[in-house]
Amino acid sequence: METIAFYIFAILITGLFLVTVMSKNILYSMSALAAGMVLISGLFFILGADFLGAVQLVVYSGAVMALYAFGMMFFDATRNVKEKNSSGTLVFLLSGLSAVVLVAIFAAPSIGANIKPLVTGAKGLDNPHVIGEVLFTKYLIPFEVAAVMLLVAMIAGIILASKKMDKSLSEVYIDTLPEEELKEQK
Amino acid sequence: MTLTLTHYLVLSAILFAIGIAGVVRRKNLLMLFFATEIMLNAANIAFAAISAYIGDLSGQLFALFIIAIAASEVAVGLGLLILIYKKYGTLDLDKFTVMKG
Repeated sequence: METIAFYIFAILITGLFLVTVMSKNILYSMSALAAGMVLISGLFFILGADFLGAVQLVVYSGAVMALYAFGMMFFDATRNVKEKNSSGTLVFLLSGLSAVVLVAIFAAPSIGANIKPLVTGAKGLDNPHVIGEVLFTKYLIPFEVAAVMLLVAMIAGIILASKKMDKSLSEVYIDTLPEEELKEQK
Repeated sequence: MTLTLTHYLVLSAILFAIGIAGVVRRKNLLMLFFATEIMLNAANIAFAAISAYIGDLSGQLFALFIIAIAASEVAVGLGLLILIYKKYGTLDLDKFTVMKG
């Protein structure tokens, strides 16, 4: 049963992420990414990481994708992305590199067969309880640092995005053009 | 046929390769952000799978921190993208060749 669910999720996620990477339209790409994120939380539920699955649903498919959708207001989302692709040498090099990594990953479980678990948490509790217990004892300092980092990111986002918010985009664009380009346009 | 750790790791590697291909191939900055999200998610899958199969909770907690980092990265990154779009009117990487030399 789990195997069937895993294969369905795996195939769907791979397909959706391929659409994300290959699509010419930003809107299609973003929708496919959001759907892939939701399906990844399904994988977490299969693995028994209930809390992580819930966080993935709330943060990724909720907050991050909503942020992208709001950011999309500023860009031309309906126009197709035009881009010219350069030579395939670099692509070949990097795909070769990832093939090597793939082989290493196949070999890794047999190498690391004698790894002992260090942080197991209390026995007999369900996953969110254990996660909370470990998070607020062993990983308390990283948790606080992550909180400060989120605060910094929030302030940075507000300050960066709210500059010249009172002008419309076309005005701002004309204002910041170098003078030669302005002459060319006239 | 039962699921093993290798299944999850191979899926994670495939997704990571897709993300790398996206970063290399696309020229639009927003698409680069999407590809980065894909790579972070692939790492999350690997963390959660190893955590579940070894019985150690650290993997899940690290995945949690990765999600927090991804969220802040998106907040700052989108702010910068909006500034760049206001300045140049495009998100095409080839248009940003402003250095002369």
